[in-house]
Parts: sequence; structure tokens; C-alpha cells
Amino acid sequence: MELTSFTPLQSLGGGLLIGLAAVLLMALYGRVFGATGILAGAVLERGSGDKGWRWALLAGMVTGPLVYRLFTGGLPDVTVTASWPMLIIGGLLVGVGVTYGAGCTSGHGVCGMARLSRRSFLATMSFMVSTFITVFVVRHLLGL
Amino acid sequence: MKKYVSLYLVGLVFGLGISISGMINPAKVINFFDLAGSWDPSLAFVMGGALAVAYPGYRLVFKHVRPALAGRFELPTSTTIDLRLIGGSAVFGIGWGIAGFCPGGALPALGTLEPQVFLFVSALLGGMWLARLPRRISMSRASTAQS
Repeated sequence: MELTSFTPLQSLGGGLLIGLAAVLLMALYGRVFGATGILAGAVLERGSGDKGWRWALLAGMVTGPLVYRLFTGGLPDVTVTASWPMLIIGGLLVGVGVTYGAGCTSGHGVCGMARLSRRSFLATMSFMVSTFITVFVVRHLLGL
Repeated sequence: MKKYVSLYLVGLVFGLGISISGMINPAKVINFFDLAGSWDPSLAFVMGGALAVAYPGYRLVFKHVRPALAGRFELPTSTTIDLRLIGGSAVFGIGWGIAGFCPGGALPALGTLEPQVFLFVSALLGGMWLARLPRRISMSRASTAQS
């Protein structure tokens, strides 16, 4: 079990930037900022028209930690507690789940909720409850 | 070109937000969900902050007829509440709880070049590909039947 410190100000500040990115994408290009849809459209969907805008977004997202380092002198902390097999199983489940559920934390949790979409509200409730239960089972019942 | 530079910068704002907020860090994400253990409530502030900007921001944006760099708004149109939506989201939550990464956290994390992030994103793409497989097979059957 890896302890992490309570960071309300950084988390709020980061959240404001995430919301800003969602608003900017809508104002400039008229799309919701859903990481699932952007990744799928860039890599997996055939004939979804112009992929360039999605690759431009992905390039920006990936350089986020590097610009963070310019300001703070170090990369953001990425501490992975899951084992390699758990990362693979978790990744597969996330991939299947977000495809059927048509979105993830950014698409449903931020953009959909901000549009007051009933679908996104229920999807967000579903994955939040499911994650709470999963973490309880994995950490406290299975002890992984 | 101006379009792509603008969109690159939008992606950068998102990636920076994910980095600063702690959403990039699986240990922090899992601790947010670990009410019975090492609970760290920080990430509630991430969604709170994001919605505090996105909700009023969208309302302002939608007063315009069209976005600045595209012909029209392209918003999700489905309103169906079904097992796909709720069950799919629940499966996503199981994966999120096991790995600690969601797609929006993992993609910026690729920039740290941690090998574990590449493993997760590969599995994520594998899962997304697998979930598309039934539709792909039925589509290729349909096109074979037509020809």
C-alpha cells in the first residue's frame, strides 16, 4: 500500500486546466474532450475522416509531463502499484469497458456531466461505484 | 497548420492538468478509491475543478453558432440508457481499480516514458480492438454476402 499526500490545491488547479482544455476544444473545434474517443479515432477507427486533429491533441497530451518538468524541475510522480499481469488485465478491461460504455472519466465524467447528459451521469455513477468496489476487493479481500 | 498548433496546445493544457492534478499517478488514483485504507480525497477536487470550468464554459461556447476552427459542433447524440452503457462503464471501473489508470490519465503519462505505462496503453488498445471485433466480423460478413 502506497501512501500519497492530500493535495487539494494542486488537484483543484489541475482540474481547472482539464476543464479549460474541454472548453477550448469545444470552442475551437466543436468536439467533446474524451480520451477514449480521441484515441480510438486516431488509432482504431477506419475512415473516420480527418485523424490529424486527434493526433495533434494526443501529441499535446503526451508532452504535458515534459512541460510540467520545465516548471517544476521534475517529472510528475507516476507510481504504479499494480503488477505487470494486473496492468495487462486492467488495461484490457478498461479498453473493453470504455468501448461498450462509449466513454471514460474525461468524456463522461467531465464533458458529458458538463453538458448535463443523463447518459454520462449514469455512466459516471456506474464506473465510480464499480471502481470503489474493485479497489476494496483487490486491496482488502484479495490483498494484492 | 494554425488548426493543428491550436489543437496541440489544447492537448497540452489537458496533459498539464492531468500531470499537476495527480490523475497521472495510479497510486494516488487507487488511494482515492480506497475508503477502507489509505484514503486520499484529492481527486474529488480534480473533477470538481474541471466541472467548475467546463459547465459555465460550455454554456458560453454554445451561445455561438459554430466553433472557431470547424464548420459545426459535433456532439454525442445518443440518449439510450442500456446495459451496454451501464455494464461497459462498470467493466471500465473494474479495470481502473485494478490498474489505477484511466485513458485520460494514462495517455499523458506516456510522456514520462515509464515502461509500465506503455504496457497499460498497449493492453488498453488491445481491449478496445477486441471490443470492436464482433462488429467488424459482422460487417465483413455483410459485405461478403453482398458481393
